[in-house]
Amino acid sequence: MIEKAFNGSKKYWIWLIFLAALLGFCFHFYLIQLNEGLKITGMSRNVSWGLYIAQFTYLVGVAASAVMLVIPYYLHHYKAFSRMMILGEFMAIAAVTMCMLFIFVDLGQPMRVMNVILYPQLHSVMFWDMTVLSGYLVLNLLIGWTTLEAERKDVAPPSWVKPLIYLSVVWAISIHTVTAFLYAGLPGRPYWLSAIMAARFLAGAFCSGPAILLLLVFLVQKFVKYRVGEESIQALSKIVAYAMSANVFFLLLEIFTAFYSHIPDDTDVFRYLFVGLDGNTSLVPAMWVSAGLAIVSLAILIPPQLRNNKKLLTVALIALVVSTWIDKGFSLIAAGFVPNPFGRVTTYLPTFPEIMIVLGVYTIGLLILTILWKVAVSVKEKTAA
Amino acid sequence: MDIDKRQFLKILGISSALWVGSRFAGGISSLFGIGDKFDTKALADAGFEISKTLPDPKALTAKQWAIAIDIRQFKTADDYKKCIMVCDKIHNIPDISTKQDIKWIWEEPYNAAFPEQHNNYMGGQLKDKPVILMCNQCEFPPCVRVCPTGATFKRQDGIVMMDYHRCIGCRYCMAGCPYGSRSFNFQDPRPFLKKIDPEYPTRTKGVVEKCDFCAERLDKGLMPACVEASNGAMVFGDLRDPGSDIRKILSSNFSIRRKPELGTQPNVFYLI
Repeated sequence: MIEKAFNGSKKYWIWLIFLAALLGFCFHFYLIQLNEGLKITGMSRNVSWGLYIAQFTYLVGVAASAVMLVIPYYLHHYKAFSRMMILGEFMAIAAVTMCMLFIFVDLGQPMRVMNVILYPQLHSVMFWDMTVLSGYLVLNLLIGWTTLEAERKDVAPPSWVKPLIYLSVVWAISIHTVTAFLYAGLPGRPYWLSAIMAARFLAGAFCSGPAILLLLVFLVQKFVKYRVGEESIQALSKIVAYAMSANVFFLLLEIFTAFYSHIPDDTDVFRYLFVGLDGNTSLVPAMWVSAGLAIVSLAILIPPQLRNNKKLLTVALIALVVSTWIDKGFSLIAAGFVPNPFGRVTTYLPTFPEIMIVLGVYTIGLLILTILWKVAVSVKEKTAA
Repeated sequence: MDIDKRQFLKILGISSALWVGSRFAGGISSLFGIGDKFDTKALADAGFEISKTLPDPKALTAKQWAIAIDIRQFKTADDYKKCIMVCDKIHNIPDISTKQDIKWIWEEPYNAAFPEQHNNYMGGQLKDKPVILMCNQCEFPPCVRVCPTGATFKRQDGIVMMDYHRCIGCRYCMAGCPYGSRSFNFQDPRPFLKKIDPEYPTRTKGVVEKCDFCAERLDKGLMPACVEASNGAMVFGDLRDPGSDIRKILSSNFSIRRKPELGTQPNVFYLI
C-alpha cells in the first residue's frame, strides 16, 4: 500500500520537495539549539516552558480529536463518516508524532531521552504521558493501516481490529486527560491547578481538532477528486459547534470562580491575560483577538443556516483554530508561570530560532500527513472507481 | 543451535518483557517509597567486595535536615552577601545576568518571599527587608514527584538531591516547584565562572540545578557553607532530634515557612 506514496502528480512531488527544503532550513536552527542550548529561546528561569510545550499540548488535543469520528462511526454506526474516518486517524498519527517531537526539542539533554524508559518513575505524570502517547500512536497506525488495507482488498477488516478501536476511544480521552494532569497537579501554579483542566482540554480538543481536519479536507479537495461527502462535513461541524460552546463555557466557569471568590492567586492570571498585570500587557492584545474570534466562530457555527454555508463555515473554522491556538497553543503555558512565586511578571516572547524550530516540527507533521493522506486518498479513489 | 525466525522473536519478546517487567517492579516499589535501598551488609555477607569509599566517619547524619534562618540577625548588606557569595563560590554557580540566570541562594524582600503575609500597613522595615531564600528541601517535594527520570530524588536524611548526569532537562521540576528554587542551565555555565572550585563539579548545559544543603560538606563533617558564614544567624540541625539546636530555637521562637498551605512541609524556617 505504501507504494501509493511514491506515485503522485507533479504537484504532489513539488509539495513534498518544498516541505523537505523547509525542513532542512528549520533543522539548521535545531542544530544551533543543540550546540548552544535552550538559551536561543525566549524561555527563562521564571517562564521555563514556552512555545514547544504549548504546541505539544495543543497537538495532543488534535490527536485526541479523532475520537469525534470514531465514536459516531464505530459506536453509533453513523456511516456518513466512512469517507472521513481514515483521514482523521492519519491526522492523529501526524499530530502524535509532532507531540513527541515537541517534547524532544524542548529537552535540555535530548540524547538522554531514553532515561524516561530506563528509569521509569511511576509517580511522574510525564512517564504516563509518554506511555499513553506512544500507545495512541501504535493504536492509530494499526487501526488506520489495517482498515485501509482491508478496504483496498475489498474484504472486511480482521476481527482483532474491533477491540482495538474500542480501546482507542478510551485511549484518546486518556491522552488529553493525562496531558492535563501534567499541569493540573502542580501545587504552585494557580492557573493550572484546576479540576476542570482536563475537561477544558478535551472540549478545546474536540472543537479545534475536527476544525483543522475540516479545513485540511477543504484544502485537499481542491486538488483531488476524492470527496468526503456533504453530510459528514455538516455532521462534523455540528460537533465542532457543541465542543466550542463547551470550551468557552468551561473558560467562563474558571473566570467566575476566580473573580467571585476574589482570591488574588486565581484572578491575577486572568488580569494578566486580559488587562495586564503590574503594567505588563504583552499578552492582552492576543487574548482579546482570541476572545473576539471565539465569539465570531460561535456566531457562525451555532445557527444551522450560517453553519451550512461552506464559505462562512470556513471563516468560522479558521477563527476557531486561531482563537483556540492563542488560548491553548500559547497563553496557557506562558501565563501558567505568571505571576511567579514572588508575585512578579516575566514576559515570555518566543525568539526567531525558536519559531523556526516550531515550524520545522510542523513541517515534519505535514510531511507525514501528506504521505499518509496520499496513500489513503489513492486507495479510496481506486476502490470507489 | 539453530533457531528460526519465530523462535528468535519469541526469545527476544520474552527477554524484553522480563527486562521491562523488572524495571516496572522497581518503578512500582519507588512509587510506594520501598525498595531500591542499597543493602551493603547483605552484599558483604554474600561475599561481594564492598566499595572502598565508605562514608566518612566524621560525616554529619540526620533523619531530617532543616535550617532556621533568624532574619532579625541579618542587619547589613554584608550579612547577606557573605552567605550568598560563599555558596556561589564553592558550588561553581555562574554569574549570568540575563533572565536565564542560576540561583541557589539569594535574597528577596519579605513581601515577595511571603506574598500571602502581605498587608499594606506593615512597617516598612519588615516589608522591604531582604530575606535569604534557598531550596526548602521539602518533606513532600513536588519536584521529586514530577521528575520523569528520578534525576531529582530525596535522600534518607531529607535532602532533595540532583543527579546532573541523569537529568534530561525537561524542566518539569521547575514547573512543579512552588518556590522558584530551581534553575536551568540554558547554556554552558563554565564561561560564566571566574574561578572554578575543583572540589565541586561544574554543570553542563541543559540540566537543572538547585541548593542541596551542601550535601558534599555534610559528608565531610562540615556544616552547610551559608550556615557557617552566617555567624549564628542560621541554625542547621536534625528536625527529628528533640535535643538538636534547631528544635530548641524553633520551640522558643515564632517561626514561619514559605507557602505552608501547599502541604510540601518546607524545611527552611524563618524567625521574624
